[in-house]
Amino acid sequence: MALLEIDDLKVGFDTEAGLVHAVDGVSCSIGEGRTLGLVGESGCGKSVTATSILRLVPSPPGKILGGEIRYQGTDILKLPREDLSKIRGKEIAMIFQDPMTSLNPVFTVEKQMSEVLKLRFGMNKEAARKRSAEMLATVGIPDPQSRLGSYPHELSGGMKQRVMIAMALLCEPKLLIADEPTTALDVTVQAQILHLIRDLQKRIGASVLFITHDMGVVAEMCDEVAVMYAGRIVEQGSAIDVFKRSRHPYTKGLLRSLPQKGAAKKADLPTIEGVVPSLLHPPKGCRFAERCWKRKSLSAALQKTCFDDDPQMRAYENGFVACHYPLAGEEP
Amino acid sequence: MSGIATSPLLVVEGLKKYYPVRGGVFGAKLGDVHAVDGVNLSVMPGETLGLVGESGCGKSTLGRAVLRLEDPTEGRVLFEGRDIAKASKQELFTLRRELQIIFQDPYSSLNPRMTVGEIVREPLLVHRVGGKAEQVEKVRALMETVGLTGEMLERYPHEFSGGQRQRIGIARALALNPKLVIADEPVSALDVSVRSQVLNLMVKLQREFNLTYVFISHDLSVVEHVSDSIAIMYLGRIVEKGPTQRIFSRPAHPYTRALIAAIPVADPEQRHESVPVKGEAPSPVSPPPGCPFHPRCSYAIDACKSIVPPLEPVTALNPGTSGEHLAACIRKHEI
Repeated sequence: MALLEIDDLKVGFDTEAGLVHAVDGVSCSIGEGRTLGLVGESGCGKSVTATSILRLVPSPPGKILGGEIRYQGTDILKLPREDLSKIRGKEIAMIFQDPMTSLNPVFTVEKQMSEVLKLRFGMNKEAARKRSAEMLATVGIPDPQSRLGSYPHELSGGMKQRVMIAMALLCEPKLLIADEPTTALDVTVQAQILHLIRDLQKRIGASVLFITHDMGVVAEMCDEVAVMYAGRIVEQGSAIDVFKRSRHPYTKGLLRSLPQKGAAKKADLPTIEGVVPSLLHPPKGCRFAERCWKRKSLSAALQKTCFDDDPQMRAYENGFVACHYPLAGEEP
Repeated sequence: MSGIATSPLLVVEGLKKYYPVRGGVFGAKLGDVHAVDGVNLSVMPGETLGLVGESGCGKSTLGRAVLRLEDPTEGRVLFEGRDIAKASKQELFTLRRELQIIFQDPYSSLNPRMTVGEIVREPLLVHRVGGKAEQVEKVRALMETVGLTGEMLERYPHEFSGGQRQRIGIARALALNPKLVIADEPVSALDVSVRSQVLNLMVKLQREFNLTYVFISHDLSVVEHVSDSIAIMYLGRIVEKGPTQRIFSRPAHPYTRALIAAIPVADPEQRHESVPVKGEAPSPVSPPPGCPFHPRCSYAIDACKSIVPPLEPVTALNPGTSGEHLAACIRKHEI
C-alpha cells in the first residue's frame, strides 16, 4: 500500500468573481521511501495540492470540495482536529520556500527546536539541547552549539533553510512535503540543499513530495513525476519516462522551451503560445487544447474532440496521460 | 556585424560603488559595503554581455551604476567615449535617451494607475519627441513590435499576464530608440513557457534595431543562450570573463566551474552525485582577505589567503579585445 494516496482531490477558492477551481480532480500516490515530484507553472495548483495534505489551505477563502487524502489508509480530510495534530509534524512534515513561514522570529533556534522535542518526546532541557545540536550538525550547520543561541534573522538564507529542514526532521517524519524549498536560494546553495534532502531521505527512509516549477530540480530529485496544468495532473510516470519519453504535448512543450546546453546561441527557442485558461470558467474540453501544438497538426474533426471532450487520465505501459492524442513517447 | 574592428559602445573602468554601513546612536559610519569593487568591462555594439552571479554579488548595482541610477564611488563609465559617471544633469538627460533598462519584476515596474498607452508614451513625452499624433503612432508601432496589439493601449497593467507586462516594459524601453539596454533579470519572474517567448523577442529586437544588451541574470542557462560574452561576478568583483562558448567549455575560475556544475539539468540520467561548492558567499561588508572566493574554494592554497588575484589573460588569444578570456585566479593554469 502506498504511504499517501490522493484521490480525486478538488479544492476551490471563493473570489469576488466566483469560485476558482484551483485543484480539480487530482489523484496520485507516494510509495514508502519514494520521491514524487509535482511540477507545473504558477497557478497550476501544485502548492494547493500539497498544502491540502496537512489541511493548511486557508479557509475561507479556500475550501476542499471533494476527494480523499489517505495517509496509511486513513482519510486525513475527515480526521478530527486532535488526531490531525498527531499527524502534523510527527508523521508528515512540511518545508516551505520562505523559511520564515515556519521559523518564529522572536525565539532562538534552540527554543524553537527544543519546544518540538519537549512536546513530542517529553525530553528535558538538556536532552533536547543535545538532540537539537545533533540535528543542526546533520543538516550541515557549522558550529551548531553556538548557532542554537541565534535568532532566525542572524542566519543567512541557506542557513535558515537548513534550520527549517532540521526542525522538520526532528520528529523523523515518514513523509516530507517540500514546497519549492530551494527557489529563493542561489544555485550553489540550492545544490547543497538538494543534496542534503536526498541524503537525509536515504538515511531516515522517508518519502518526499517535492513541489517545484523547475524541471531541472525535478529531474535531480524525483523517482516519479506528476506534471500539473490548470488544476489537473496531465501526465504521470517515472522521471525517466516523463522526461525522456513525454506523452503529453504540454510536458514535451515545457521541456523543449528550456535553453539547451551547447545549443545554437540566440536561435529561436520553442515556445508554448498563449496563456493558461481561467480556472473560474475552465474550458469544457482539454484545458491545454487552445495552446496545444500537437492539436494544431490534427484534422478539424479530431481537433473537435480536443475542444469538446474532457480527456480522462489513461494508463499506458509506464504511466498515465490525460490527452486524446498522446505522443508516441519516443526519445527526442 | 562587418569584419571592420569597431570600438566598444560601453567601457567601464575601475568602477567602485560603496555603501556606508551606519550604526550606533549617532549613526556613525561603521564601514562600507563593497557592492562593486573595481570592475572593468567593455561591450561591443550589437553584442550582448551576460553579467552573472549570485544574490549580493553586485551585478544589479553595477547595472544601475552604468545608467547612473546610482552614483559610482569611483571609476569611469564611458558610453561612446563620454563619461556617464561625470556627466552633468543636462548631459545625463540627453544620454538617457540612448540608455534604457528593463526590470525584473513586471508587476512593480509598471505604474498601475496609467494605461499601457500612457506608460509606453511617457518617455516620448519626457523627451519631447514629435507631436501628439506622431507619438500615438509610434506607441502603436511599438506595441506591435513587441507582439501586442494597438487595441490594448487603453487597458491597465493589471489586465495583463506577467509575460505581457514584460513586453510592455520592453516597448517602453525601446520608445526612444536606445543603443544600450540594461536588462536586469528580465525573465526571472516568468514561467518557463513564457520565458522562452520573451527571450525570443529580445533576440529578435536586438537583430532588428542593432541593440546592445547588458543581460544581468543569476540563471546561467539563460545567459548562455543570449550572450556573446559573459562576465562572472563574485563579491563585487569580476572573477572571469570571456566569449560565452569559451567560458562554458573551458571555465578557468573555480567559482565559474562550481556555478556551471550547480545548474540542475532537466535530465534524470544526469544527476549530481556531489555538491560542487561548499558554504555561502560571505558578506560584502567584510570580504575575506586575498581572493574573495578562497574560503569556499577546493583549490585554495595559502597564497590565496593573502594575494588578491588580478583579472589576467588565460590564453594569448585575442589580447585586449572583448574576445579575450580573463580570470582572476592565481592557479588558473594549474586547474
